[in-house]
Formats: sequence, C-alpha cells, structure tokens
Amino acid sequence: MTATATSPGVAAAAAPGTIQGARPPRAGKPKRRWTRTSIWGLLFTLPAALYVLIFHVIPVIYGFVLSFTKYSPLSRSGPEPIGLKNYTTLLSDPDFGNALLVTGRYVLQVLPITVIIALALALLVNRPFRGVGLFRSALYIPHIVSLTAVSMIWLWMYSHNGLINDVFAFFGLPDQSWLLNKGAALNAASAMRIWKALGSNMVLLLAGLQSIPKELYEATRVDGANRWQSFLYVTIPGIRPMLVYVVAMDIIYLAQGFAEIFVLTQGGPLGSTTTVNYLIYTQAFQYNQFGSASAMAFVLFAFIVGFSLLSIRGLMGRQK
Amino acid sequence: MTAPTATLRSSAVRSKRRGMNPRRNRVGMAVALVLAALAVLLPFFWMISLAFTPEKDAFRSVSLVPANPTLENFGTAFIDANLLHALYNSAIVALVAVIANCIIPVLAGYAFAMMPFPGSTAMFFGLVATSAIPVSVTLIPLFLMAKGIPLAGGNDIFGHGGSGLLDTLGGIMLPYLVAPMNIFLARQYFSTAPAELAEAARIDGAGELRIFFRVYLPLARPLIAVVAIFAFTAVWDDFLWPLVVTSSTEMQTVQLALARFLASGNVQYAPLMAASVIVTIPVLLVFLFNQRSFISGLSDGSVKG
Repeated sequence: MTATATSPGVAAAAAPGTIQGARPPRAGKPKRRWTRTSIWGLLFTLPAALYVLIFHVIPVIYGFVLSFTKYSPLSRSGPEPIGLKNYTTLLSDPDFGNALLVTGRYVLQVLPITVIIALALALLVNRPFRGVGLFRSALYIPHIVSLTAVSMIWLWMYSHNGLINDVFAFFGLPDQSWLLNKGAALNAASAMRIWKALGSNMVLLLAGLQSIPKELYEATRVDGANRWQSFLYVTIPGIRPMLVYVVAMDIIYLAQGFAEIFVLTQGGPLGSTTTVNYLIYTQAFQYNQFGSASAMAFVLFAFIVGFSLLSIRGLMGRQK
Repeated sequence: MTAPTATLRSSAVRSKRRGMNPRRNRVGMAVALVLAALAVLLPFFWMISLAFTPEKDAFRSVSLVPANPTLENFGTAFIDANLLHALYNSAIVALVAVIANCIIPVLAGYAFAMMPFPGSTAMFFGLVATSAIPVSVTLIPLFLMAKGIPLAGGNDIFGHGGSGLLDTLGGIMLPYLVAPMNIFLARQYFSTAPAELAEAARIDGAGELRIFFRVYLPLARPLIAVVAIFAFTAVWDDFLWPLVVTSSTEMQTVQLALARFLASGNVQYAPLMAASVIVTIPVLLVFLFNQRSFISGLSDGSVKG
C-alpha cells in the first residue's frame, strides 16, 4: 500500500515532474562511471530501493499471481491455481459490473465539477492582496483533514436532523433521507468528495497559474485580446501540464474511493454506492475470497491506467 | 501598417476599462472569495458547534453557537471510543514513519541528485513510478506479508503458524516507512544544492555518510519539514490499511476509533464530532505551523520538475 494513498495532494507533488520529464540531475553528465563516489551513491539508494521492492513491487507481482488462484486465508492449504477463472467469473458477475459503473459514475460526476471550481478559486487567489494566504489556507483545510473525519461531518449533515435538511426546511422543501435513497446516495457522496478535493486541486492549479510568465499576458493585452481570450489562449495552455496532472491524480484517487463509502453508506442502499474498492474489501476481508478480490483489483488497476492515459491524451492532444 | 493603430485602440479601450472596472472587480472578487471560504469551512464550524452541544440537544436543529455549551461530549468520546489509546497508537506509528521517511528516501534522493551512478536515472524513475500503484492492488499481498513475517507473532522461521505482525503496531507501520514520492522530492531539492560543499568535504577526507548527515541534511530543513508533514498526515489520516491489519480495539488508530461510533445502529453525533475534533487537531496544528512549507512543498515538487 502506498502510504500516500489517502491524501491526493500529498502524493500530488510527485508526478508532474515525471510527466513533464524531470530534468536529469546535474544536467545529465554524458557518461557515468563507477567511481568511489558513485558506488557510495548506489549504497545510499539501496535501503529505499529494497524497501520499495519488498513493499511496493513484490506485492504487485504477488497480487497478480493470487488473482489466478482460489485462496481463503482461513484454509490450511495455500492458494490453489485455477487459471483465468477469477477473471472469466468477473465478466458475468453483476455485482462487479455494477461496482465498475458506480465507480465510473462517481469519478465522472466529481472530477469535472471539482476541477472547474478549483480553477475558479485558483484564479481568485492568484493575485497578491493582503490576507490571500489566509484564503489559500482556508480553502486547503478540507484536504488535510482525514477522509474519515470529514465523512463523519457529512454523515451528520445528511442525517435526518442535519444541516442539509435544515436548509431544505428553510425553503419549505420536504425532508430527504439522503443516504438511504437509492437515487441520491451516490450523489451525496459525490458532493462531499467535490468539496474535499477542491483544496488540493486549487493549490496545484495555482502553482500552474504562477508558472505562466506575466509578459505573455502583457503581450496578448497589447495585441488587443480581451480577458476571455487571454484566459483561453494564455492561461489554459499555460496550465495544461498541471491540469493534466490534476485530472490524472483525481482519477487515480477517486477511482479508489473507500473510506467515505464505508462511513456514509457502507455500499448501500442496494449496492448503489458500492465502489470497486469497497467490493474488493468485502470480498477479501468479509468473504475471505483473496483470489477473486485480487482479480478485481487488477481489473480496477487496468481501468485506472486506461482512463488516466486517455485523459492525458485527450488534454495534451489538442496541444498538437 | 495596422498594428500601431490596433495597439492604440486597444490601449484606449484598456485605459477605459481600467478606469471603471478594477474597483468593482476587486469588491466582487473579495465577496466571491469570502463566500467560497465560508462555504468550504462551514462543515467544520458545524462540527465544532455540535461537539460542544449537549447530546440531548443534538437531535434538534443545532445552531451555529451552542445554547448550552458543554464538554461532556469530549469525556464520552475519550471513554466510549478509547480515544486516548488510539491517539497513542497513531502517534507511535506516525513517529516511526516520520523518522524513517526523513532518512531513508531523503538519503536516496540525495544520492540520485549528487552521486549519480550508471543506471541511476532509470532506477530513480522506476522507484518513483511505484507511487502510482493503487492501494487495492497491494492491500491483500501486504496483509499476507504482514501475517507471514518470520519469527513474529508465533510464526516459525518460514512465517507459518502464527499471526505475524497482524494486529501489532509493527504491522500497522509496515507500509508507511518509505513513501516513494519522498525520493522524488529529495532529489528535486538536492539537485539545486551546491556540489562544491561535498567536493570540499571530500578533499578534507570526510566520509560520504558524514557529508550527508553533517553538511547536506542540515541544509535541507525545508525538505525535511515537507517530508515529515507528509509522512505524519499519511499515517494519521489513513483508514483502509489499519482497518485491514488490526482486529482488536487495543490496536486501533485514530480513524478506526472514529469509525467505532458507527458500529452501534444509533450514531451519537455529538460525541462523534467531539472525537473528530480531537483527531483533527494534530493535523491542523501541523498544517498551521508549517503552512508555507506545506503549500510550497506541494507546488515546488510539481512545477520545478
């Protein structure tokens, strides 16, 4: 498990560099040779490399092998190879199909809204004025508070006597059981996740905005462009690498929604909020089906990789 | 030539726009910002308010300022959820994770930046790429590995027979010790550090470890702050791994302690919010005292790539 998994923004720091192609250290000396120093360099990287190998790489291989077996941790015997059966069963498993659809819908209804609002907020705080730091921090707070804790707050807000129903009552609208209603539960979870994801997206997009040279705006203004045009032709291309990164990271994290589902709905009502990750958890740790749960994890993995690449292509593509 | 006239016209338009818009714009933006900040923070105001509201009032509509503020919910939270024990567990795991992350990946990132060797770039990208692996993929294997650690929890030398590191603090901390992303941050940081210091120290006969610990690590305070904060929040806020690896209430982390309130069908919201406040305070304090490194650490790692 990557320790970064729970906090998108935290892991956020890693990837854009890799997307943009991080500059090799010391501007890439042409030929590296084994010297006393470079041997020490190798030694210094070994503890981290061994750890990553043992706790990140080997588990992936191990999990892939498990996905071709039938294995209950309670049984005395080890994993029993059954070939592709876990995967073929998943093809016709209505629960898994449903979980994929729920996960996809969840990502699609959170992602665009949170990115657009986050961009608007980033534009608002991208100017020097007194107290701007205060606003940036305030908007960032939902991101640093744990998903579990914020889900608890929203659980109460959605409860019968909660804030949301109070607001409804104020406008003379009837009470709703937000989390018990099959049609509303996933939307309720999505609304929370939109709110939760704003801060980290905003900070990253702000960094993107601040990397755009001021002269570009000057130049377009001299050319007679209006605000909207300079937004379209300077801002958007300028933040594109960051935008790609934000979207890809959001897809990766949203597609793994678990804690909020566990707290808000436990996958219900009637499976309407059972994300793939939640299904994997129940399959593995309530029904002890480690083999088929592993197969689900790899199908999810494939979907995440696929959609991330697709969105990267889509966003970068227009750049030609 | 049409360009000069166009420029002239646009500058006229601009000055006209400048004349009337900025003030109205600025007020509009300030209002939008204040509203956005309030909307974003509103759930937290309610959390705090409910935490101080007597449980019997919590079922009626709660006002933003509690009519009869009380501390009873905090008492209930500490007793019912065994919160003190959870705070202790999370603090120990976080402490170990912070120390490990401040040394192991930082040392590696330093080497990648300052002491490159044949194949080091490929190795670097390989290591960093693992940070994108989804949790669910490694969850089950990690669980089995924690269970199969040799000679722990009644296991024999082959890791059979006992429960290994399941339901122990050691088991909880297992996946947090090195976050691959920190290797990336460290390399970014040290790739702008002066190489002359190391060369001078080498001429003076200092060993490589000594150069790292005595010369470069003390220079890397902002980096260490960011790495420590990330490691702390990663442990403190995680839910799925502790949920899977622990089984007894004695080994619960803070987030699991919160989830205990859900176990009974009738959720006691007021004590739950009190517990949430307590669990949130450490992360909030860490954030508020390090805001600058927190936010700039995020963007540094990403844009200066």
